[in-house]
Amino acid sequence: MKNINNNTLKIVSLNHWYGHGEMRRHVLQSVSMEISPGEVVLLTGPSGCGKTTLLTLIGALRKVQDGDLKVFGKQLFGASRKTRQNLRKNIGMIFQGHNLLRCLSAEQNVQMGADLLNGFSYKARRAQAREWLRAVGLEDHLSKLPHDLSGGQKQRVAIARALAARPKLLLADEPTSALDSSTGREIVDLLKKLASEQSCSVLMVTHDPRILDVADRLLRMEDGQILPSV
Amino acid sequence: MKINNFLKNRKIPLAWLLLTRQPLRILVAIAGIAFAGILMFMQLGFRDGLFDASVTVHKLFDADLVLISPRSKSSISMSGFPRRRLIQAMAHSDVTGTTAVNWNFLLWRNPENLSTRSILALGFEPNKPLLIESDFERKAETLKNKGRVLFDDLSRDEFGPISKWFKAGRLVETEVAGKRVRVSGIVSLGPSFGADGNLITSSETYLELSPGNPKGSIEIGLVRLKKGSNIENVVRSLNLSLPSDVKVMSLKSFIDFEKNYWKSSTSIGFIFTLGAAMGFIVGCVIVYQILYSDVNDHLPEYATLMAMGYNLRSLLGVVAREGLILSIIGYIPAYVSGQALYALVRSSTKLPVEMSFSRASIIFCLILFMCMGSALAAMKKLADADPAEIF
Repeated sequence: MKNINNNTLKIVSLNHWYGHGEMRRHVLQSVSMEISPGEVVLLTGPSGCGKTTLLTLIGALRKVQDGDLKVFGKQLFGASRKTRQNLRKNIGMIFQGHNLLRCLSAEQNVQMGADLLNGFSYKARRAQAREWLRAVGLEDHLSKLPHDLSGGQKQRVAIARALAARPKLLLADEPTSALDSSTGREIVDLLKKLASEQSCSVLMVTHDPRILDVADRLLRMEDGQILPSV
Repeated sequence: MKINNFLKNRKIPLAWLLLTRQPLRILVAIAGIAFAGILMFMQLGFRDGLFDASVTVHKLFDADLVLISPRSKSSISMSGFPRRRLIQAMAHSDVTGTTAVNWNFLLWRNPENLSTRSILALGFEPNKPLLIESDFERKAETLKNKGRVLFDDLSRDEFGPISKWFKAGRLVETEVAGKRVRVSGIVSLGPSFGADGNLITSSETYLELSPGNPKGSIEIGLVRLKKGSNIENVVRSLNLSLPSDVKVMSLKSFIDFEKNYWKSSTSIGFIFTLGAAMGFIVGCVIVYQILYSDVNDHLPEYATLMAMGYNLRSLLGVVAREGLILSIIGYIPAYVSGQALYALVRSSTKLPVEMSFSRASIIFCLILFMCMGSALAAMKKLADADPAEIF
């Protein structure tokens, strides 16, 4: 028996709607799920089934409309903007596009993640940024701008940036969709390795059937509902 | 200790990098701010220069106090008062000397083309001090002969090539108010709003040139005090003891009195201040455009930072710092060009346009205000950065 408070994520009958009146759409229908610390969970399903909405709700980027959503034991239903903002510092995010800051070098981009940590000097944070870039195999590209990096390299920088803030939960939205299959595979393996070293849980939304085997657990979603695991 | 802490806690200088990694945009911004700054420097410089020019002669007076008629409104409309008042003023123990000055406009005939033009004529007793100028006493000596005048070589060219002829050794004679006079010396005073040129002569010659002048009536009385006297106290006691047909003021208030007339009773101040305001508004529009499009272009990046856990306040801080950086790097070229243009104006118009510390700081504040206000307006766009939209 696991203690509820130990769960990284616990969702009980979460509902979400878009639009108003006639146009109102029930995108999440009584979703329930949980993730334990260090677990890697993959979420698949056809597009438009509500995966991304679920991810933004867990990432505290949207207001919860109905249901229980606890991240690190903190209730997000009815949480203030400030609570959500602070919570986000502990959640790493990797996007479909890399979303790096164009005006910053690879090293500076990663340091933007490390800068969120309190109590480290500038030098220490820069050293951490370098350390993470070494971990993702980009030690030779520290001062390159995103513009000069390949798609796979950019996604590696994005992973380093997300992990540099030492999150306890990593949310990834189709991180491999813009990459070719072998690069995608490498990125996911790297993500899993580094996350498990940090005992960071991962929730990854993906369409990519070639990477499903990295998951500890696989969830399928359809029409706003999570299907019972097979 | 504080600096150490600052160095330790500092973060990536995002505002600086956002600006400097887009050289074209920052160049446009600097050009716009500098343009607005130069416009403000020029307009305010002209305004102050014109006001200063209206008191070029006033500033040279060798006096601590000045007596004028209460009916005098400015240098172009001076009324007379009895000369006796100066003798009465001598009774005050702090007063060491006085000079009676006649001050009026007379018609000067250009000896080259014989056209006439109004010139400001000052009459005084040549054995008394009038102006603080090097070598003035020797020149004043020459006025003891009747019919001699000193001509201001900074007067406008329309009065004729007087100083050129005089310096070439020619005997320069012409007519003032229909009477023959001879130029016996050259002084440097400078034209003002009211007067295109100046001449100085003795009281005796002056009365001959303007026979309508009531006897014993003067327009300005200069009073010199003992070293270390309290000017304010003397002004107060003289105002009490002298009749009300005369007003006593310090030289400084006399200068301010004249400047104030041009500031408040003419549209000059308004026109130039409006010009400076136009520069300010143009600058605001440019900086707002730059910052707005900068925020707009980076909206997904700002949204990403919010998703990472940066709060809105720290992002607003980035925009504010961009405004601050722009104001500083835009001000520097504006200041330098302002200095250069002032030098150009001085050499070509003889107007006393100088870079004053107060004007330099006022314009810096205006530019700062312009940039920060524009940054504030551009921040509204940040509200559109929705981190939920970037997945």
